[in-house]
Amino acid sequence: MEKIGILEGRQKQIYEKKEDEAAFDIKCETTSLSGSVSQRACVFCGSRVVLYPVADALHVVHGPIGCAAYTWDIRGAVSSGPELHRLSFSTDLREMDVIYGGEKKLHRSLVELIDDYRPKAAFIYSTCIIGLIGDDIDAVCRKVSQEKGIPVLPVHSEGFKGTKKDGYRAACDALMKLVGKGSTEGIGKYSINILGEFNLAGEAWIIKNYYEEMGIEVVSTMTGDGRVGDIRRSHGASLNIVQCSGSMVKLAKMMEEKYGIPYLRVSYFGIEDMSKALYDVAKHFSDNPAIMEAAKALVSREVGELYPQLREFRNELEGKKAAIYVGGAFKAFSLIKALRSVGMNVVLAGSQTGNKDDYSGLKEMCDEGTVIVDDSNPVELSKFILEKEADLLIGGVKERPIAYKLGVAFCDHNHERKIPLAGFEGMYNFIREVYSSVMSPVWRFAPRKGGLSS
Amino acid sequence: MKTAKTATQNACKLCNPLGACLAFRGIEECVPFLHGSQGCATYIRRYLISHFKEPVDIASSNFNEDTAVFGGSHNLKLGLKNVTQQYRPKVIGLATTCLSETIGDDVDMILKEYVRLFDEGEPLPNGKPLPIMIHASTPSYQGSHIDGFHAALRATVEKLAENGAKKNLLNLFPNMVSPADMRYLKEVLKDFSVPYVLLPDYSETLDGGPWAEYHRIPRGGTPVNAIRETGMAAGSIEFASTLAADKSPAHHLEENFGVPRYTMAMPIGIQQSDAFFGLLEKLSETPLPEKYGDERRRLVDAYADGHKYIFGKTAIVYGEEDLVIAMTAFLAEIGITPVLCASGGKSGQLRKRLLELVPDIEEKGGKIRDGVDFVDIEDEAKALNPDLLIGNSKGYTLSRKNNIPFIRIGFPIHDRFGGQRLHHLGYRGTQELFDRIVNTVIEQRQSSSPVGYTYM
Repeated sequence: MEKIGILEGRQKQIYEKKEDEAAFDIKCETTSLSGSVSQRACVFCGSRVVLYPVADALHVVHGPIGCAAYTWDIRGAVSSGPELHRLSFSTDLREMDVIYGGEKKLHRSLVELIDDYRPKAAFIYSTCIIGLIGDDIDAVCRKVSQEKGIPVLPVHSEGFKGTKKDGYRAACDALMKLVGKGSTEGIGKYSINILGEFNLAGEAWIIKNYYEEMGIEVVSTMTGDGRVGDIRRSHGASLNIVQCSGSMVKLAKMMEEKYGIPYLRVSYFGIEDMSKALYDVAKHFSDNPAIMEAAKALVSREVGELYPQLREFRNELEGKKAAIYVGGAFKAFSLIKALRSVGMNVVLAGSQTGNKDDYSGLKEMCDEGTVIVDDSNPVELSKFILEKEADLLIGGVKERPIAYKLGVAFCDHNHERKIPLAGFEGMYNFIREVYSSVMSPVWRFAPRKGGLSS
Repeated sequence: MKTAKTATQNACKLCNPLGACLAFRGIEECVPFLHGSQGCATYIRRYLISHFKEPVDIASSNFNEDTAVFGGSHNLKLGLKNVTQQYRPKVIGLATTCLSETIGDDVDMILKEYVRLFDEGEPLPNGKPLPIMIHASTPSYQGSHIDGFHAALRATVEKLAENGAKKNLLNLFPNMVSPADMRYLKEVLKDFSVPYVLLPDYSETLDGGPWAEYHRIPRGGTPVNAIRETGMAAGSIEFASTLAADKSPAHHLEENFGVPRYTMAMPIGIQQSDAFFGLLEKLSETPLPEKYGDERRRLVDAYADGHKYIFGKTAIVYGEEDLVIAMTAFLAEIGITPVLCASGGKSGQLRKRLLELVPDIEEKGGKIRDGVDFVDIEDEAKALNPDLLIGNSKGYTLSRKNNIPFIRIGFPIHDRFGGQRLHHLGYRGTQELFDRIVNTVIEQRQSSSPVGYTYM
């Protein structure tokens, strides 16, 4: 088979761990190379994914129809009440709007939608051409906010103005305009906000239950089963817990600066990281030893249940090789640990938006020969899966067909998942997901696994 | 009923570039390329992959702030080079976006400059001749995905079709149909022993087998040489009801190469399929192969066996205008009353073309609406209380909320498996649709019956 090369402009974004390799200087946090078929989306996507689960807010996309159509109800972020977030609203700009400006249409749209849907707030996402045609969405938002008496927040998410990460920032800026606007009355000392947890398949509820079992009050889950009212009073919490570091650390930092609320970075994936996420919070509230006691009891109960189950999977999965390509690099750490707990090795670890710290952390953690890649693409991912003979790929919708075409198992660890993978029960689900793909008898028919090739 | 109607709510359409990417996927060794933001390519990939369950690589020129200010020339050229190197394509199908159109990039000029680079001695990116570059203008603020689909094909024949001695060859422009439909059409043409060019043909590129080794570009698609010959064909059949002549690839071939153009509705239902097979008999001077006679006879028999279950049932049908027109004609033919024929598209031709096929639709209470979204359709559904909802999977929520039995057709089908393998066209496709509709009604009856009959 011919060898697949790497584009010249991409070589510095790829690293293979070797012994006595001196300098580690992976290039990252840069815009995608033109023509490279990046798996990333755009600034708008970054904002949209973060704010999406705020379920009682109106999410209006200002621009031509595509951006709203492609993000209509695409995440597994569930709500315990209102479901406004699952609807898709667009100003659907047409040629004449592009020529004459879309401000009036935006204003009219917002007034009508707010009257009809009675949201608690509205997020207005600007798309690529809004900046170009000169619409002043800030002014429109201010006007509508005054007229309708709810926060109407512009999200400056023009697709081309940076990367997905800039979209995260724009989303945090918008959220920060809500924080501090509500009453903090009644919020106790042992209280937290959960940031960067999107309640995919109800994951935020699992995590919230753990903390509540420890005697901790959860003021706001922010962007997972999110409510405007909770976000407005979230500055009353004593501590911010941040998962998915890429998207929400900015908000945690702003809240630290403005309200003096410290934050902890955590991950809820895998036994090790999940336990640590509970213990770290308990340590923060060390003046109340009951919290740590409760955390220990919880972890011991859950792990006690989980271990025997995992052992059975381990018997079959031990020694299998996994490739990981995810959005944020922080998740890759947890996945590597989680896979190791059932004896699986990681041969490829990559992400769309990791930074230098993330990648050097990955490098430390990985075995020799592991490929670390930033902002990869289908050709590269296929190359590494083949060269490293991976048995499993972990990724999202766009990565799935790469695995299946090549007869490789796949686990969806992205926005669309319908099975919770966070927490202790999520760890069981995760390994079961991996197991049910890796062990499927169908691969025997795949040409690369000995099946007929034509 | 909601009153707000300025905004589009739960759109019943997609944007122009998506259609172009889909059409370009049906050309052999072609990589679709969007001139715009990275997000456009990625979102469209995700949307197509969720339906087809196949790799869909779409390149992007990946605009940044500088590009938006100074123009997309640099990024586009770099992107073309990189795609050529990484994919080794024969064709790059370039479609524009709202962004590149709004800043006013002159793509044709950029392409000329790009080609000149290599004429002037720059080494070719792949050591081989440059890929053919086809440029379609598809700003998302114009039309919808179906316009992008046709624009890509029109640009393709404008670029490639050649003049020459007429050949025993038939062009078929099937419209935006499923890979299964495309395979059926190829089988039909083969059985009529007519040499043909089907454009596009993503029957294999978007519904192919597993890979023994890595494929940069999936196998299949209409070959470039075949597209060149479309100008020498004896005729073009296009399944299109609302496509304007100046946007039709078949029209281009007629105007420039004198290839007669036969335009007809998508062949769904017996009458439209008869029209299609009749035309094939005429053009190929071959009688209908027995196999299709058999298919037709089975279908007529099935109509008789199933007619009572569905007679007088009311249906809402929505989707691309051409699909809605053909489906409506089929529903009317089997005794179902279409009470709303709706599309997010807005060619201005929907009502006119629909009335040509089903002249009494409005007399029977059928509404025809273009430019609608799913909130409009839901408002109508609440008033009309139909027995069936027929369209792509984006109507699911509305069907669930209002408890309307739902039949998924067309694109996208994101909440069921095998959407790419659904048949819609010809006697075979009609048979499949008919069976599914009858069964949906029977299932509804069975599950709501206190008796629970175990026979029909």
